[in-house]
Amino acid sequence: MAKLKYNKQGRLLFTKEMKKDYTILCPMMAPIHFRLIVNVMKNCGYHFELLSTTGPNIVQEGLKYVHNDTCYPALLVIGQFIDALHSGKYDLNKTALIITQTGGGCRASNYIHLLRKALKKAGLEQVPVISLNLSFLERNPGFQITLSMVRKFVAGVVYGDALMLLHNQTEAYEINKGNSGQKVEKWIAVLSEQFNRGRGLSLKEQRKNLNAIVQDFAAVPVRKTPKVKVGIVGEIYVKYAALGNNNLEEFLRGQDCEINVPGIMGFALFKVDNRLEDIRLYGGRPAKKFVVQKLMNYLTKMQDILIDAVKTEPKFLAPTPYTHTKSLVKDIIGYGDKMGEGWLLTAEMMELTEQGYENIVCAQPFGCLPNHICGKGMIHKIKAVDERSNIVPIDYDPSATRVNQENRIKLMLAVAREKLPNQKGNINQQNK
Amino acid sequence: MKIGLDVGSTTIKCVVMDETGNILYRSYERHYSKITEKMTELLEKVRREFSLDETAKLTVSGSAGMGISQTCGLPFVQEVYATRIAVGKLIPDADVIIELGGEDAKILFLSGGLEVRMNGSCAGGTGAFIDQMATLLNVSLEEMDSLAARYEKIYTIASRCGVFAKSDVQPLLNQGARATDISASIFAAVANQTIAGLAQGRPIRGKVVYLGGPLTFLPQLRDSFDRALKVTGVCPENSLYYVAIGAAYCGAVETKLVEALESIRKYGSTGSFLSIPPLFRNAAEYEEFCQRHAQCKAPRGDIGKYSGDAFLGVDAGSTTVKAVLLGRDAEILDSIYKSNSGNPVPIIREYLLGIDQKYPSLRISKSAVTGYGEELLKNAFGIDYGIVETVAHFTAAKHFRPNVDFVIDIGGQDMKCFKIRNGAVDNIFLNEACSSGCGSFLQTFANTLGYEIPEFAKLGLFAEHPVDLGSRCTVFMNSQVKQAQKDGATTEDISAGLSVSVVKNAIYKVIRVPNAEELGRNIVVQGGTFLNDAVLRVFEKELGVEVTRPDISGLMGAYGAALYAMGKPAAQTTLIGPEELENFKHEVKVTNCGLCSNHCRLTINIFGGNRRFIGGNRCEKPVTKRNSKSELNMVAYKMDLLASYRKSEPGPRGKIGIPMGLNLYELLPFWHSFFTSLGFEVVVSPMSDRELYLNGQSTIPSDTVCFPAKLMHGHVQALIDEGIQNIFYPCMSYNFDEGISDNHYNCPVVAYYPEVIAANMSTLEGRNLIHDYVGIHRKRDFPVKMHAILQKSFPDITVREVKRAAKAAYGEYDRYMEQVRQRGDEMIAQAEREKLPIIILSGRPYHLDPEINHGIDKLIVSLGAAVITEDIVSRRVGKVHTDVLNQWTYHARLYAAAKYVCSRPDMNLVQLVSFGCGVDAITTDEVRRILEEGDKIYTQIKIDEITNLGAVKIRLRSLFAALEP
Repeated sequence: MAKLKYNKQGRLLFTKEMKKDYTILCPMMAPIHFRLIVNVMKNCGYHFELLSTTGPNIVQEGLKYVHNDTCYPALLVIGQFIDALHSGKYDLNKTALIITQTGGGCRASNYIHLLRKALKKAGLEQVPVISLNLSFLERNPGFQITLSMVRKFVAGVVYGDALMLLHNQTEAYEINKGNSGQKVEKWIAVLSEQFNRGRGLSLKEQRKNLNAIVQDFAAVPVRKTPKVKVGIVGEIYVKYAALGNNNLEEFLRGQDCEINVPGIMGFALFKVDNRLEDIRLYGGRPAKKFVVQKLMNYLTKMQDILIDAVKTEPKFLAPTPYTHTKSLVKDIIGYGDKMGEGWLLTAEMMELTEQGYENIVCAQPFGCLPNHICGKGMIHKIKAVDERSNIVPIDYDPSATRVNQENRIKLMLAVAREKLPNQKGNINQQNK
Repeated sequence: MKIGLDVGSTTIKCVVMDETGNILYRSYERHYSKITEKMTELLEKVRREFSLDETAKLTVSGSAGMGISQTCGLPFVQEVYATRIAVGKLIPDADVIIELGGEDAKILFLSGGLEVRMNGSCAGGTGAFIDQMATLLNVSLEEMDSLAARYEKIYTIASRCGVFAKSDVQPLLNQGARATDISASIFAAVANQTIAGLAQGRPIRGKVVYLGGPLTFLPQLRDSFDRALKVTGVCPENSLYYVAIGAAYCGAVETKLVEALESIRKYGSTGSFLSIPPLFRNAAEYEEFCQRHAQCKAPRGDIGKYSGDAFLGVDAGSTTVKAVLLGRDAEILDSIYKSNSGNPVPIIREYLLGIDQKYPSLRISKSAVTGYGEELLKNAFGIDYGIVETVAHFTAAKHFRPNVDFVIDIGGQDMKCFKIRNGAVDNIFLNEACSSGCGSFLQTFANTLGYEIPEFAKLGLFAEHPVDLGSRCTVFMNSQVKQAQKDGATTEDISAGLSVSVVKNAIYKVIRVPNAEELGRNIVVQGGTFLNDAVLRVFEKELGVEVTRPDISGLMGAYGAALYAMGKPAAQTTLIGPEELENFKHEVKVTNCGLCSNHCRLTINIFGGNRRFIGGNRCEKPVTKRNSKSELNMVAYKMDLLASYRKSEPGPRGKIGIPMGLNLYELLPFWHSFFTSLGFEVVVSPMSDRELYLNGQSTIPSDTVCFPAKLMHGHVQALIDEGIQNIFYPCMSYNFDEGISDNHYNCPVVAYYPEVIAANMSTLEGRNLIHDYVGIHRKRDFPVKMHAILQKSFPDITVREVKRAAKAAYGEYDRYMEQVRQRGDEMIAQAEREKLPIIILSGRPYHLDPEINHGIDKLIVSLGAAVITEDIVSRRVGKVHTDVLNQWTYHARLYAAAKYVCSRPDMNLVQLVSFGCGVDAITTDEVRRILEEGDKIYTQIKIDEITNLGAVKIRLRSLFAALEP
């Protein structure tokens, strides 16, 4: 065990000594992205391990150590950590945890504190917790976010978005089941290997890789039949994490749908853009604006290369540029709504509707504060603007039953099927 | 031939029709969760009757049919969709369909843009809810309906969920409200909930069709919907079968019936479920367990041989009434434990009469009563003492285990747990409105499965694979249990699983401890639910300790009350004698109190001999008919002060409306002065009341948001109704930075609720809602930014004017806050002089609203304390260290106030928490930590649309009891 050092406020620090031989556990969210990003971290000299655990004990541990009224993602993420620490798989004196912290006005900024409280309750106070954020919250001597790391991160997100999007658009129609899944695995391996050699990160290499990825997916033999197209939006964790949304993507695929899950890049752009909006709405220093604008431009460029690459193949539908997504909610909700997913969630619902994925599952943790506004609060208005939208809000928490959730989704799908060309009556003969 | 099978949560419906759509056969049955059996039985029957040897167009629908059809490869159609198909063919001119089922509620808008809505993850207002309420009232559904037909008054009941409604209905029962009025109120609540929760702002007009079991069988429920919607809806022929009919219409695929039957049968025997280890490994282990607990016995005496002074203790609980009679050596002479059937008064009368007749040589010399019905019984029978439940239970527990550290009592409806510190009741935990898992929960399930509770509990003891059901809402537990049954769990497994669920709920949701150390070693468990050995066993296993369960576990409240009475010095008892008992009368009148803006609905109980009892009041006004003397109540003071900003002179720029809710409460002085300076007449929405809330209720899109936010719809509507053209309700991510926190956000709901108002209130059409993003935290940028916003609506406003107005606004805000602080300091000083205990009633500024706080401030004052708000003392300490990110302006005050309270022996903190407040899931734990580190008791009160003041009173009285030297 490394020597435990604390800062002035008594927070346990992740020291340089710890960096050498501590395993840093990272919770799972979006599997494709996180696997790539974890490789980035390993590449930066940290012993990262992504938790891909599932099972009922995670919720049990969450219920045990977290305030039960706290949002479901906190309960699951913390439950997953404690479950792992209790599993006996890790040396508790050589393990650290990492969790993101946005610094926004939502409860999510407090997850890290809830995690520390939980560790204390569980008698695991020697386990350091690292905050991963871009708001200069909580520094640690043994963990530094460098500019090059941010660059690699962004590359991971771009690749992740590309793979997720192409996989979703191909998988539903592939003739040989499993083809597109194999492509995802292949590319995660290829890219990880490139990262290890410090490659695949320059603009040029990214373009090259992305084009190759797009071509590779385009080569998968498909049969295009009309399918119900479903978009998934929501609170970021339950939107992406199968653990949080009861395997929503798998369920929808089983219902013979093509799914579309808007990427993480949009969220990153949104979070950066918020700082510009703050300055625009309330005033602020020009210097700050300059720096943020630079970052914004960089991310926009990254999104552009992704869009350009996808557009090289007409059979794929590229994501819309951030500026367009943003313009969709101009008269719907204010750009000042920035907590949680804020106006972006509303915008994604508009965007999906516009792109033909008008059947939408809006996933949120039960009682999610921002989504009272930008999720459920906006459905009425979206429908008024674009009548095609067919949105079902679904709440996730430890006591919601799967049957109940699926029944509501099926209702949304029944309405969707009615609009499908050459529909064979609204009966889903199960394809087992 | 087409067969439609609707397998719902409680019933199974079957329709057979020919190809032209003629219905040849229909049936409707409860399936008692034996779904596969019922399905095969029905299909066999249909097959025989119609000699269907080969195939038929079979289509399954319904929530419980979903899984089966999927696994068995049967055609399935979602039930709401099926309904629509059926209505489209049978009632083509229908505009709106309202369908209530066992656990679902649905509304379908057919004309003017198709929309289908289903209740979300809360099952309030469904058939299961009505069933629960009937059980509570101890009547059948038919009786309930005929009772409702004779109603006179409607009470306000939350129908959001059964647990909520129970806590509303129970006090009504305890106050003696009539069953007729309660029944009708329950139906009205269901109608309200369905309309508000599902219509979400869309008006229900035209031809309304009622479908489903509850609406078919309960004409009074239909009438309630008619009244609420101001329409006359129709309940068509076959109203029970629409889903099945729709499914049959959808039939397109020929299914081989023999194969289908075969696979359904197989389905029943497959599947697996999550289980936990058995409660007892073998009979010997159980034997040892029983022997250990058998040692804890209360001494008994022979009442037949007893003469002289005896002591009576009564516990009028939520569902049961208990009485214990003690002899002079604290031996139990006699006891009763009965269901209160909605009214404990006749039970106690009969009991007292019986004692008197059978044992003339016995004389009850002292008596005490506790529980929900405390005041009613005390007044009815002249019982000497009324004590708070926690004190009664502690008194009893101490008798068994003098060094007791922790007491947990699980009763029918509620759970009470408390720690003992320095010989007094300390930290109290009560189950909140939405945590299920008490005795009646087990009972409901036992009854559904056809067992009595003792028998049912025994089944679980030796279950081989107790089901892991998690802990969840009673209504949804139903579906979970059904799922487990389908997956092959036996009744034994389910019984054990439910016991586990009750215990886990208690430990992790109510008490919230991960291990026994935090509770102390000496734990006494009691309450009727712990008579259940399975529950007791799970509790011990889960915490890893051996606990004490007295053999009179269910009587502990009454026992404690009797001990309490016994310990009091001798005095002439006020208990009424045999003659008065003989001539006992009990009449109930219902009226509204008009003495203040709370408009409490009073239930006046009149007994013989000038004894009466008024229930439902929050303060003493209706009882004493007097205004309480000058009170030390900061809540009242702030309300008075804010009232002065409600007035405004007509201005050259016309009127501007401000809805009085959420953050605008504290910012009213700011905006009032701002707009007055600009030449507007400021019109503030009226004081909140029930009617104002209901007027805006139908436009609330998210039914799980906190009540203060929901109330905003009513305030905006009130301004619209007043004809105000321009309404100002700004979005504000940030609040003022008071220098005591890391950031100064508003919570997401407060910050952006104006967006919800703008997007969902169609009545705003043609009006101007100014809901731009405003940053008052940047004083220097504010005027320019605000000018740009205002110019969009009032082009003639100049920057200069806005600058002047801003100056006035900031000045007025500071003046207001200073005035509040000064008066607060004075009140504290006065309380110090008068040696009054001080309660720091903390929450948010908008908790000042009496419709939100339900007059809890007055309740505290009536208990003899000064009420000071958190902002008065938060300024006295500055920024405090917290273990959480201290990033919200209002919440930072909480932490600071908690810290300050620790330094004052005369102060205690009570935190008001709005149900559904996500931020408070974080603050409550932190405030508790701060207080406990300072050796203070943490008291949290959850408030919602409707709040059970009975439970609030227990909390507050227990707090005061603990403070007594």
